[in-house]
Amino acid sequence: MRAAAAVLSLALICATGWTAAAADTPMPKPPRGKGEQCVEPTDVMRRDHMRFLTHQRDETMHRGIRTKKHSLIECLECHTRKDVQGRFLPVNAEGEFCQVCHDYSGVKMDCFECHATTPRQPKPGSARSSAEPGSDISFRLRITP
Amino acid sequence: MKPVRYQTLAGQSGGYWVLLAALAALVAIGYFAAHYMEVHGHYVTGMSNQIVWGTPHVFAVFLIVAASGALNTASISSVFGKNDYKPLARLSALLSVALLVGGLIVLVLDLGRPERLIVAMTYYNFKSIFAWNIFLYIGFLGVVAVYLWMMFEPRMNKFGKTAGTVAFIWRFVLTTGTGSIFGFLVARQAYDAAIMAPLFIIMSLSFGTAIFLLVLVAAFEWTGRPLDDDILRRLKNLLAIFVSAVLYMTLAYHLTNLYATEHHGVERFILLEGGVYTTVFWLFQIILGSIVPLMILFSPTFSRSRRALVAASILVVIGGLAQVYVIIIGAQAFPLVLFPGMEESSTFFDGAVNDYTPSAPEILLGIGGIALALLIAVVAMRVLPFLPERLGEQPSGTSEPEAAEAAAG
Amino acid sequence: MQSRNAKSKTNRKRREFIGRAGAAAAMLTLAPGVRLVDLALARPADEPASDKVRWGMLVDATKCAQGCTECVDACNEEFGLEGMGRPKTDAQYIRKIDLKDKTTGKRYSLPMLCQHCETAPCVDVCPTGASFRRIDGIVLVDKHICIGCRYCMMACPFKARSFVHENLTDQVPEAPRGKGTVESCTFCVHRVDRDREPACVEACSREGHEALTFGDMNDPNSRLSQRLRELPNRQIRADLGLNTGVRYHGV
Repeated sequence: MRAAAAVLSLALICATGWTAAAADTPMPKPPRGKGEQCVEPTDVMRRDHMRFLTHQRDETMHRGIRTKKHSLIECLECHTRKDVQGRFLPVNAEGEFCQVCHDYSGVKMDCFECHATTPRQPKPGSARSSAEPGSDISFRLRITP
Repeated sequence: MKPVRYQTLAGQSGGYWVLLAALAALVAIGYFAAHYMEVHGHYVTGMSNQIVWGTPHVFAVFLIVAASGALNTASISSVFGKNDYKPLARLSALLSVALLVGGLIVLVLDLGRPERLIVAMTYYNFKSIFAWNIFLYIGFLGVVAVYLWMMFEPRMNKFGKTAGTVAFIWRFVLTTGTGSIFGFLVARQAYDAAIMAPLFIIMSLSFGTAIFLLVLVAAFEWTGRPLDDDILRRLKNLLAIFVSAVLYMTLAYHLTNLYATEHHGVERFILLEGGVYTTVFWLFQIILGSIVPLMILFSPTFSRSRRALVAASILVVIGGLAQVYVIIIGAQAFPLVLFPGMEESSTFFDGAVNDYTPSAPEILLGIGGIALALLIAVVAMRVLPFLPERLGEQPSGTSEPEAAEAAAG
Repeated sequence: MQSRNAKSKTNRKRREFIGRAGAAAAMLTLAPGVRLVDLALARPADEPASDKVRWGMLVDATKCAQGCTECVDACNEEFGLEGMGRPKTDAQYIRKIDLKDKTTGKRYSLPMLCQHCETAPCVDVCPTGASFRRIDGIVLVDKHICIGCRYCMMACPFKARSFVHENLTDQVPEAPRGKGTVESCTFCVHRVDRDREPACVEACSREGHEALTFGDMNDPNSRLSQRLRELPNRQIRADLGLNTGVRYHGV
């Protein structure tokens, strides 16, 4: 429901304001992500990011498809910033990528009640270094004769 | 026979407003209790990963079961053509709707994600009896609403019997579904029993009739309406039969369980060594909730006393809550048997009797559900003519069935 | 659909070929009889899980050390399960159970986790279908549609599930979890999809106990299938006919 509401209201914003924004209309200014270009054109992402995420979520959850293009974890890789101590700032913190537009549009996110808001980083006080998936040697699961 | 005249509650008296305010306050407290649980998470309640259904489920299941039974009086009049009960059919149907709504609200507010109710309405797994129950509960509300309309609208009176019959069948299916929630749980020693569904049906007849009697007496006495003892005596006899039947089914349930040696552990737990559950079972369910009411209902001394009848009904309600408590929480308190013949221990309480203490928010939510049911009834009686102006007085019933049928509506 | 199937079939063929070629290469480079690791090829990220596979596990209770909790610790680390200091409501995906035979006094120690049943009671009772069995046999909770009714916890014969009793923050990216939903062992599906073993199995091997073997029960050549053939093993609560994916030896 919230996802639908988000898509709707963002679509509304795009249709009415964003594309033909008057100069005096205050616009949200989310921080720039890494790299030149997001996985889809910016206006498509603005409008459809929840559609991509919801689709990917069902594909991953129920069918085990783990492509990276529309994966929320990958979003975090580019769209989280670090503070002066070099620790990631949560993507839903004030002024950070997701929150800026969602504040502006007044659409509440509930993704981050469950999902991580930063890439994996060691907890303060934890000695364990961050685990990069696939970095350590492990037994392979399937055996070919 | 004179036509039955229905009249709304005047709703002007101080007593009415006090009652309304008290019920509304309890509903509000119940809502805030649920809100508190939702904001903090369920760790603020008595539930845990061992006792996953707690006090709210006791109240919710009790109310849902009683809702089906509250329809008794209406069914007896419409389906079985007993015209003495006809004037009470509207009240009976109203109470069944109100109790069901109260129970469902408690159930929903105790969900981990109550705000996702829409998900429960849009995603279905039809292998789940729970999913079926969502249809059964909502359908029941619809069926009884139509039934009420048939009763209220004079032009529709002729369909009353058909609508009543549909509602009658529906409520049996509904209670079968509610009982099956437990009957289908093969994993738990106390549940895996086909008798759960019929047991729940009998329980519904007993609890529903007791609540109906209480509301009936209160509504008539508080509004100064004449109430004939004749109808009360009939309802009293019905209640006595239902309470006896619950007692008999409870006996049958425990005897069947005792027949299977592997279930001796859980039976020994509930009947002998379960501490609070054994106490609740023997003291509240059996003695206070069944034996004492039966003695009152069958006693020649008390059977003519309206006070005694009210006391017996209250005891049946308390006994009913106790019974559901033992069924839901007692059964979870007994540990799952993973390795028969072994002593099990772990950090996850394997092999240990699980303790559960009801927390204030859970109890307040449950009471809020009961209050909501009564609030709905009290407001509805104010708005629409559910109550007859008087009951009895005329030599009623069998001599002029057609006239009564036409008049009662 | 057809073209998709055809495509994935081609892919599989191609992979099988590469796999054999790779295996041959490995045989050539290593001394006879020595294989560093079992050689396999990951399912590509864009290919769905397959019903040709059924993931399963063998617990060898004779090798499981009393008092050792490496598997539990690894699981807690992998999923970010930090206790709140409330044992009755803290989540446990895998736990160690200590057993003592009432007659002989013999003691056993073994891990208990979601048994990934073929006919899982939790899947049957879930009203919304949030509790489901993936086509390759892994039983999961889709927390997006879990309403937190806890009927699955009532139905599970193994007490394998936990309910999130409080607000959480700082979740692990690969293991989303949040208040009001039910969760349990996922067989580390996020690792399995990338061809890695579950964290508990890895930890047990790292400690040198080798009490846990994970693999494809449908593949007669998998290490798991070989061990299941060699060692007498049983299902817990076999009387319920659940055809569990986790089997136990030595208890």
